[in-house]
Amino acid sequence: MPSRPMIGYAHVTKSFGSLRAVNDVSLDVAEGEFVAIVGGSGSGKTTLLRLANRLIEADGGSITVDGEDVQNVDPVALRRRIGYVFQSGGLFPHLSVADNIGITPRLLGAPAADITARVDELLALVQLDRAEHRDRLPEALSGGQRQRVGVARALAAKPRIVLMDEPFGALDPLTRDALGDDYRALHRRLGLTTVMITHDMTEAILLADRIAVMRGGQLLAQGTPAELSNSTDSYVLELLRTPRRQVERLNALLPTGGAA
Amino acid sequence: MNFLADPRWGEALTHLPDYLGNHVRVSLAALALGLAISLPLAILTRNRPAPRTILLAIASTVQTVPGLALLALFYPLLLLAASVTLAWFGVSFSAFGFLPAMLALALYSMLPVLRNGITGLNGIDPALIEAAKGVGMTPRQSLVMVELPLALPVMMAGIRTAAVWVIGTATLSTPIGQTSLGNYIFAGLQTQNWVFVLFGCFASALLALAVDQLLGLIESGLRQRSRLRTGLGAIGIAALVAATLVPTMGRSSQGYVVGAKTFAEQYVLSALMRDRLQAAGLSATARSGLGSSVIFGALKAGDIDLYVDYSGTLWANQLHRTDIKPRAELVAELKTALAKDDITLLGELGFENAYALVMPKKKAEALGIRTIADLAAHASTMSIAGDYEFFSRPEWAALQKAYGLSFRAQRQMQPDFMYAAVASGEVDVIAGYTSDGLIAKYDLVALDDPKHAIPPYDAILLLAPKRAGDERLKAALRPLLGKIDIATMREANLRASGNDANSSPDAVARWLWEKVGAR
Repeated sequence: MPSRPMIGYAHVTKSFGSLRAVNDVSLDVAEGEFVAIVGGSGSGKTTLLRLANRLIEADGGSITVDGEDVQNVDPVALRRRIGYVFQSGGLFPHLSVADNIGITPRLLGAPAADITARVDELLALVQLDRAEHRDRLPEALSGGQRQRVGVARALAAKPRIVLMDEPFGALDPLTRDALGDDYRALHRRLGLTTVMITHDMTEAILLADRIAVMRGGQLLAQGTPAELSNSTDSYVLELLRTPRRQVERLNALLPTGGAA
Repeated sequence: MNFLADPRWGEALTHLPDYLGNHVRVSLAALALGLAISLPLAILTRNRPAPRTILLAIASTVQTVPGLALLALFYPLLLLAASVTLAWFGVSFSAFGFLPAMLALALYSMLPVLRNGITGLNGIDPALIEAAKGVGMTPRQSLVMVELPLALPVMMAGIRTAAVWVIGTATLSTPIGQTSLGNYIFAGLQTQNWVFVLFGCFASALLALAVDQLLGLIESGLRQRSRLRTGLGAIGIAALVAATLVPTMGRSSQGYVVGAKTFAEQYVLSALMRDRLQAAGLSATARSGLGSSVIFGALKAGDIDLYVDYSGTLWANQLHRTDIKPRAELVAELKTALAKDDITLLGELGFENAYALVMPKKKAEALGIRTIADLAAHASTMSIAGDYEFFSRPEWAALQKAYGLSFRAQRQMQPDFMYAAVASGEVDVIAGYTSDGLIAKYDLVALDDPKHAIPPYDAILLLAPKRAGDERLKAALRPLLGKIDIATMREANLRASGNDANSSPDAVARWLWEKVGAR
């Protein structure tokens, strides 16, 4: 583990009324790392993600981003330097694809010409045809295309950190697979630090370097898939059993390469 | 078609630029003010349920006040405000016409704008507001760049409703001195000129319809994110406003303003005085259909320059006197009292328009009723009708007291319908006006008042304080003083109550001048 984490949670708590959404969670994410937070609905995983860019304020504990306590940073400035991909895109329906992508640079006061160039660069990066999609409204895009725009928007201001809130959850399996792989490649190429929320352990294992498992506001386990399989926690093991079972069934049902 | 060949259509058309321009001006100003108040309020209260509920409750309450009453309320309110600013800051403003009409209409426009504004802003997907925050927008940027654009179609629908309401209600601003398309309707109703009534209704309905369609085009353009539709709608609105406002732009000085209350005799007399001023080379316009409580204040404030009132009315309403004096004495005393306010009582026209209890001549003879004292014996089995103010006037109290009058039922009616009602037996007695031509037409009789319970009502010509030393004006009007006797005025009023081309106030005024000019 490197000396200073890119994102560091230390004994963080957050309650909504009587509900403890996040309960004494400590988690470090190293620079360049891809961490998936896995858990069911109500496990506190989304709350934990939003605490990092202060969409939600913590009640207790401390959160650091790039070594700085987020409480000492202006939340608006903080959000502008952290990319955020929303669940079903979260694209602004009244703005064109280009305007959606260029929104954060525009908020930062970048010159119009720079924004235009950056938008074209990003469209190429997320593999969308510039001429075809640039001036469309989000409603004219497919779900996968929207999520590609969502990723492009998150990357527009060249953040070093990207937070993703179940980014591929609502997509069909093929699109989901392709988009996941494409993002993983971008993550590596751009040297990003990524935290992704998912309820799908298979997706987490395939994409992430490390997995954190949450349940009832608490962090049950964290580590590489291999480390997790050594866990003694029954819930963690249950979560890992699903992908295994799927693999076994798939192997039984599908003829393996060349044997047919 | 005879109906369409009626020259009154042409006469109505000549007023259109003036009435329509003023109608659009006051509606536009009211809508702009209403928006300027409501939109920020909608934005401020969108996330605050308690103030939002209170605000919407207030706006709904305002909406339940009838338009006419709301407009009428603003006049005394502004008069009071004007006297306060005069006392404290030494500045005064006109509580007449444009300002009260605009304020009342602005208040009227607030509910739909507020309600749709709040609905539109609250109806935005919370995920989008979260996204706005997430990409790094400040609350203000989120409002301007995301929330307002997304709420715009719903807001536009509210603005559209408000615009139609305001245009419709603006027709009621005539009695507080704001010229509008309502001038046709009020004048038409009072002089039984149905051509004017129809014209006014059609004109305001067409205006409302056109604005509704154009704003609808903008709304659907915003909804479908079609710049073409939005642009066409906006151009249409701009063209409509320009076309209605430009023709009246140049006419800033209107010269002398002749006021008239809301009944036919007043319309005829104001037209007559306007003609006399114009004949003397003075530029003059008539401002008709003013409420009787508004008109005296308007004269005092100099918003109108002259009008005809009745001695007994001012005696009771302005001097608050309940005693009754003989005709000449009352006028003399009134003249002195008005002079204290710098108002000139130029003189009497020669006739009296008093309240009188009126019933069918045949019925009166059959029952042996000649005076109000005779009537008192039969009153308990009879019904009486009066105009909207009669039963709350001191004359009615005085009559009841002097003769012990007690009727079975009393009803309020539009003055022009009262005479037909009593002639047909729908009511037994009416509180009519002695100068009304319909008394002769329907073969009615005005009962004598032996105890002189009703004060004299001599028609008197009043000049505004700023015209006190205006000798040209006085010279132009003097030929009318003492020349119009009751028989002539009754005939003029009868002519004005007709429903043909010769019954317009302008035509009757010309007839009247032919009769009295040579005297």
